[in-house]
Parts: sequence; C-alpha cells; structure tokens
Amino acid sequence: MAYALQQLINGISLGMIYGLIAVGYTMVYGIIGMINFAHGDIFMIGAFVALISLVMLVSGGIMEGPAAILIVLLVSMCVTALYGWTVERIAYRPLRGSFRLAPLISAIGMSIVLQNYVQVAQGARVKPLEPVLPGGIEVLRADAFVVQFSYMQMLIIAVTLAVLAIFTWLVTRTPLGRAMRACEQDRRMASLLGIDTDRTISLTFVIGASLAAVAGAMYLLRYGVIDFYIGFLAGVKAFTAAVLGGIGSLPGAVLGGLLIGLIETFWSAYFSVQYKDVAAFSILAITLIFMPSGLLGRAEVEKV
Amino acid sequence: MSGGAAAAVAPAQRPAVAVPALKDALLTALVAFGLFVPIVGLRTDVGANGGLVLRQRWGDVAVLVGLAFAGRLLMLAWRAVRGDAKPATAARTALLRKAGTFVAPVLLALAVLLPFIPGTGRYELDLGILVLTYVMLGWGLNIVVGLAGLLDLGYVAFYAVGAYAYALLATIFGLSFWICLPLAGILAAFWGVLLGFPVLRLRGDYLAIVTLAFGEIIRVVLLNWVSLTGGPNGVTGIPRPTFFGLPFSMSGEPGTFAGFFGIEPSPVHRVIFLYYLILALALLTNWVSIRLRRQPLGRAWEALREDEIACRALGINITTTKLTAFALGAMFAGIAGSFFATRQGFISPESFTFIESAIILAIVVLGGMGSQIGIAIAALVMIGGFEVFRDLDEYRMLVFGGAMVLIMVARPRGLVGSRTPTVALGTRRAIGAEHVAEGRG
Amino acid sequence: MAEPILEAATLTMRFGGLTAVDAVSFTAMRGDITAIIGPNGAGKTTMFNCITGFYRPTEGTLRLFRDSAPVELQRLPGHRIARAGVARTFQNIRLFPGMTALENLLVAQHTTLMAATGFGIGALLGAPGYRRAERAAIAKAVHWLEATGLIDRADDPAGALPYGQQRRLEIARAMCTDPVLLCLDEPAAGLNPRESEELSGLLRRIRDGGCSLLLIEHDMGVVMGISDRVVVLDHGKKIADGPPAEVRADARVIAAYLGEGDEE
Repeated sequence: MAYALQQLINGISLGMIYGLIAVGYTMVYGIIGMINFAHGDIFMIGAFVALISLVMLVSGGIMEGPAAILIVLLVSMCVTALYGWTVERIAYRPLRGSFRLAPLISAIGMSIVLQNYVQVAQGARVKPLEPVLPGGIEVLRADAFVVQFSYMQMLIIAVTLAVLAIFTWLVTRTPLGRAMRACEQDRRMASLLGIDTDRTISLTFVIGASLAAVAGAMYLLRYGVIDFYIGFLAGVKAFTAAVLGGIGSLPGAVLGGLLIGLIETFWSAYFSVQYKDVAAFSILAITLIFMPSGLLGRAEVEKV
Repeated sequence: MSGGAAAAVAPAQRPAVAVPALKDALLTALVAFGLFVPIVGLRTDVGANGGLVLRQRWGDVAVLVGLAFAGRLLMLAWRAVRGDAKPATAARTALLRKAGTFVAPVLLALAVLLPFIPGTGRYELDLGILVLTYVMLGWGLNIVVGLAGLLDLGYVAFYAVGAYAYALLATIFGLSFWICLPLAGILAAFWGVLLGFPVLRLRGDYLAIVTLAFGEIIRVVLLNWVSLTGGPNGVTGIPRPTFFGLPFSMSGEPGTFAGFFGIEPSPVHRVIFLYYLILALALLTNWVSIRLRRQPLGRAWEALREDEIACRALGINITTTKLTAFALGAMFAGIAGSFFATRQGFISPESFTFIESAIILAIVVLGGMGSQIGIAIAALVMIGGFEVFRDLDEYRMLVFGGAMVLIMVARPRGLVGSRTPTVALGTRRAIGAEHVAEGRG
Repeated sequence: MAEPILEAATLTMRFGGLTAVDAVSFTAMRGDITAIIGPNGAGKTTMFNCITGFYRPTEGTLRLFRDSAPVELQRLPGHRIARAGVARTFQNIRLFPGMTALENLLVAQHTTLMAATGFGIGALLGAPGYRRAERAAIAKAVHWLEATGLIDRADDPAGALPYGQQRRLEIARAMCTDPVLLCLDEPAAGLNPRESEELSGLLRRIRDGGCSLLLIEHDMGVVMGISDRVVVLDHGKKIADGPPAEVRADARVIAAYLGEGDEE
C-alpha cells in the first residue's frame, strides 16, 4: 500500500512533465495539423539551457535554491522559445500549404539536426547534476518503507499547475488565444478576417516551446541526468499522451500526460523496467486503434 | 531567360533593397546570438570533482553569428537577383524525364559493370553494396509510401525481422542462406500483416506514429529478450553466404568457389558475389513494383492514395488492398534484412534504430514518391554523400539532418514529382505533380 | 416493368439524439429513374449514404433485387455494396485526380480484373487470362468514354479535366462497375443549362441501356424532366411519392419548399 502510494506520487510528477510536452504537440497539431517531430528535441534543448544556466548561477556563486530555480526557468523558457520559433521559421513555414509529407520529413530532419547540434556543442556524455533541492516530507511510514514526497516533486507539481493556469488563461481569455482557436477552426477564414496567421502559428510554437522548456527544466531537476538523446523517447511518450487525451484538446494533453506517467511508473514498479517503453508504445497503439479520438477529443466524421 | 532581365534591373533597385536586407540580416544575427550563446558559448563538462564546470567559447559563437548574418544576406541578395521568376516546373519535369530515360540504363549498366571497372577496390564494392541495400529498401518502402500512400515510420522493424530471422534460423537450425532468404521475407510479410491489420484504417499521421511505435517495440524486445536474441550483444557467427553451396574459402580446395572454378582464391570473390546478390535482389524489387503498378493491384494502391472513399464506392476492399502493399513492402525489407545479416556476419539491435527508418523514408520522399529512378538516385546521393562526409565525424549527422530540411524546403515533391500513367490509348504523357495526391492514410 | 429494383422499408438513421431519416419506406422500380428530393436538411444525403453503404441504418431494411433473391444491403460491408450492383457518384466529385481518365475507369473494374488475374499473381507472371481480361476492361472503358464524350481526353489526368467533364467521367466510372442501380448525388450541381441538358440525355441513355437510376437533385428542371418517379422527403420523413406531375401539385410538397423550407 505504502509502496503504491509512493508510485502514485512519482507517477504524477512524471506525468506532469509529459503533460507539459504534450500540450506543445497538441497545440501545433491543432493549428497546422502536423506532428512537430522536433518537439521532443525542443524539450531536450530546454533541459540543456536549464542545466547551463543553473551551473552558471550555482558555480558562479551568484545564487542558490528556489530563486535560482526561478531564474533558470525563465532563462530556459526564453531561449527555448527562440529555438521553437526558429525551427518553425526555417523548417515548417516555407512548406506551409505544401504536400503533407514534406513538413514531416523536414521535421524529422530538424530533430536530427537539434540532437546532433547539442551533441557537437555539449558533448555526447551524460550530464550529471547534483540535487538542487534535496529532501522532502515523510508522508507515511509503513514498516520499513517510507513514503516520501520530495520537495522537488512538490515543486514540479506546483510549477506545472501554475504554468498551466497561466497558459489556460492565455488561450481562453486573450485575443491571442482567440486568434489561435480561430486558426485551428479554419486557417483561411481566419486570415480573411484579418488574423495574421503566420504570426499566430509562430506564437503557437513559441508557447509550446516554452512549456517544453519548463518540462525540460523540471526533468533535469528531478532526475539530475540528461543527454542529447532524451528528447526522442520523451517526445514519443508525450505524443502518446496527446493522442490518449485526444489530440487538439489541451486538458486532454495534461490528462493523457498524467495517465502515461502513472502507467509507466506503475509498470516499472510492478512488472519490468526494461519493457516500460513497450508499455507506453503499446498504449499508443491500443488507443489509436480502439479510440482514435482519445479521451477528450472530438470524433472526426468524414463527410461524403 | 527572365533571370537575366531581373539581374539587369537589380542594380537600380539595390539601394531600396539593401537597407531592409541589412536590417533583416542583423535581426537574423541577433536571433542566432540568442540561440548560440547558451548552447555553444557555454560548454558544460564533468569536472575533476565530478561536478559540472563551464567552459566559455565566445569565439565559436562569434563565428556562427557571423555565418548566420552573411548567410541571410546572401540569401536575400540571391532572391533579389533571381526575382520572382519561378522555374517552369512542367518543362523541367519533361527535361528530367527525358534525362531519366537516358540515365536509368546508364546507371544500370554502371551497376552491373562496377566490379570490373578498373580502380574498383574492396572499398568501392562495399559502398556499392551499402547503396544498393538502401536502393532496395527504398524501392520496397516505395510500394507502401509512394504507391499506396501509407506513411510508415517503422519500416526498419521488418528489416530487423528479416535479419534476425536469418540469423536465428541459420545459427540455431543450421538452415542455409538460400532457404532462409524466402523464409525471412515471408516472416517479415507475416509481421507486416499482423501489425498492419489493426492500424491500417488510421489516418496518415497517426499511422506514421503507430508504425514508429511498432518499430521501437520490436527493437526494445530484441534488446531485452536476451535468451533468444542475445540482447545488446546481438547474434554473432552468422554463416556467410555460399555460392550455391560452394563456400568462399581461402584454401582453394575443390569444394570451394575458387577450387571449383579453378581460379586463384581471393577475398574479393565473396564481396563481388554479395554485390551481385544485392543487385539482383534490388532489381527483383524493382521488377515486381514496376509490374504490379501496371496491374489491377498496383492501380488500386494508387487509387487508394488518391481517394480512399471513392475506392470503397467502387467495391475495392480497402483493408486487404492496403495489407497487400504493407506485406509486400515488409517482405522486401525482410529479404534485405537477411542479406544484411549474412553480409555482416553479426547483427545487434543497434542497426535497427528509428534513424534507419527515417533515412529510408527520406530516400523515398527525396526521390519523388513513386518514381523508381528518382529513389535510386536519392539513395546514391544520400548514402554516397554520407560516406563522402565520413571525415566530418560527429558533424556528419548534423549535415545529414540539415540536408534533409534543405532538400525538403527546396523540392518538397522530390526529384521526380510527376507520374507516368500505367496504361494509355495514345501516348503516355507524364502527369504533373499538381494533380497527384500523396495519400492520407 | 412493375418489378422493384430497390425496396426501402422503415429506414431510420439516428445520429445521437438526431433522427435524420425517420422510418422512410419507398420502392424504386426496375428501369426507372427515381429522384429523391426535399429541402435542405431533409435527410436526402443521409438516406443516400445508407443505400450506398456509407452509413449503416439504425433500423429498417434495404433490399436490392438483382437477379432473383433479394440482397439486404444494410448487412453488407461498404465495399460489397458495389459488388452487389449499386454504384454511386459524389456530390463533390471524387475522382482519382492524378490518374488518367482511362485509369480511373480501369480502377472501377478492379474486382473483375483481380479475379481474372488470380489475385495479382497471374498478372505478375503475365498469364494469358489476364491479358484477355485487361483487353476486355479497356474495351469497356473505351465504350463508356465514348458514351460520355470523353474519348479524346482518355489519356489526360482526371484532375485536369473541366468540371462538367469530371462529372461525366465520374458517371462513366460508376458504370464501369456494371451496376444494376446507379445512384447519383446531385449530378447537375454546378453545371450550366447546356451541360444539364446533356446530362439528362446521358442519364436517359443509361436507363434505356437497362440500368435503374436513383438520384438526389436540387435542380428541379432536371428532376421533373427525366424522373419517372419522385420521392419527397422533409425533416427526415417521406411526404410524397409518385410521378413528377403528381408530386409537383402536392400541397405538402409546395409547403415544404415554399413555407418551412425558406427558414432553414
């Protein structure tokens, strides 16, 4: 029981990270109908920027603790957003309105570029980071097993909720959000009505990338080890989350992320760690086969 | 040419164009600065005490920002000179087509004669084998993606199934290569049907991601099922191919290839044999695709790519038609896989990562979906280019990914975007890319 | 000529809470041109999609009398409908735009050709049976290209044809499946008066060739000119059924079109 509770806590904090990345997938898919294959690598860039700025702050002796984390988050969000914008500008915008496969191939190319760029610039070796926020609260002690809710996990959950709240406000209450939803419904009509669709799409990538940056920073702080390859698996799992929640649905992305996080954690805890990725991929396949519109998505009916 | 006219006009316009261009380039440099400062400028390394230390590299950042500035400026200048003159695509495809009818036989002759061209050594033959393997994989995937319009990102899974099928059948049961080759193909096709059946009704992008997931599942299983596959250590000691029963041995005994034909034993014999083997297999793939394309099944694949709903209204069974394409594509991947296994003598899950699928798909898309010669050229350019840049080491994949993006931006429809009709009352005329659909699922 | 070709009995189609087609029964006679008309939202397209197998009706039966024993269409999977002898066209033309007109017509004969080829294998090896079958298929395609006046465009991609020719090509393609019942979804939509006139002629010739027709149409000129029988739907229910002259005079039909119809 205590063991299960611990897994629940772990699963939720992992799921929050997936949820943040999934929002980026779902937003881009909703607005331009393509899988932004490089999004997982944007998440990886976010983690690296966070790592670099954290090392700079801490080893420079400038600041430590929660204040440093806040700065790191902001820096990572800004730089990663710039990466998101650039990727869209270079690899996707020229192909808008082109054949469907072209942006997908160019997205795969971009993903390869980002991975190898970071590998070249930062080295292939894994980057270990000492815990920034050690310790936690003892929730429950059952026999020899201690259920711990670490400060880091609390931070992840708090930050994710805060970021999602801001994001929800942005999408539902602001003119930008309205423009985004309009583009999602009908891009040509939106542009006829005077919405700058290119700008709106760019902003979608910027927002998606900054959410991925938050996820990257959280991943770094929670697990303390990153390398240039973390984006691929995290990306596929986050995409699974987006599909599971119903692609195009923002609450669905978060819900899907939580479910994937929980499933993965419990699978590793009770079955086999080696096959945890198989579990995630199988869920993807099963969801798509039996419930292609996901949990919260709208079913798509083809008009004849 | 209108390009010349634009160039003549350009000097007069230059002052008006130059200032905004400069501004634009400066902005690009600024963005580049923001991008490169943290990732390139500050390198993290594991220090002596196990913690991370920063190393500053402002020089590299300056160079990269300068490159971005100059690159953008050049690009704008090029655009200003070239003007809006769009190349006449129809005329160009017609030209390419004429060149294509000429290029294909030349390439084929070159491929057949390669081992006898003076100066061809072991290295060239090995490269030729590699390129031909990708040509075969490209042609195989083309059946699925190019003809039937099904986006498959997990094609390498079937390649892996074929490779492991041969490796395990040969090492455990001692079956010969010639028995295993069709078996591996059938097994891969079987897996294609098994995986394809539930997912083939999905829309294009979803199908892509599910096939990617299947590819990864197969790789993870290969990695973790240690008792059967050897896990990360792979399968070693896979029997090398024989010349229809005659081994390539250096001993020169009567029972060997060299002994039987009474020639001097040489390690090149085996390489040449492998080269012709993969050439034959690739040509078989080509022959089957070309032939099927002109027949009801192939026509149904293309119709499916164009409009699935119309196909249903015409009584075409969509599921089985898609499955045949998927299975046939998988079969060729399986055959190529068992060739790969016998050539290497050793296989491990590392050879079957997602990036392989991405490369094969890139070859198909770059070649122009559905065009056999385009795919062959694309494989030659990509795999050959990849080898040429071998010295770049870790920059190689970077260049490769960048090239993928650039090529797509420059030619989204690939090298040969037009389609040749499969049947005609009069003369066959190429169909321009603007009419040809590329499938939705 | 009093034999039925299609018999719909209490056909009902619900989407969630919405009943698009409500217990409609009608009979289309062999050798007739039957038109289904009605104001927007009357359920015409839904009914059409049930008959052609794109929707599965919630209730009711659809019987096709091809030879002797009737076939229950609502039980067949989508692609079997065409094999049972029902062909259709689409309101927003669905040709294979990147394939030539001739190829479009050969795809329509897929089922016959596949059977003749031993499911691909015979064709791959160049079996003589297949060559014969393909020659026959091309001959049939040429026949329909001539009938629709498209023989000069046989080798042009379907996507490059003008709108009116695309409409005719779609009809030719449907006819290549050898149907006993040809269903047309707004065949005159977007055609100019002269093209409509030609279309009416083509449809009559198809009927005289022995194929029954069922069409949904907005263009009253076309409907009243060529139909042998008209079924009128409104709000998912059948409100009239009979020869054109009779239907035109029906008070309920006039009310549906002039009264409530305008509000929608």
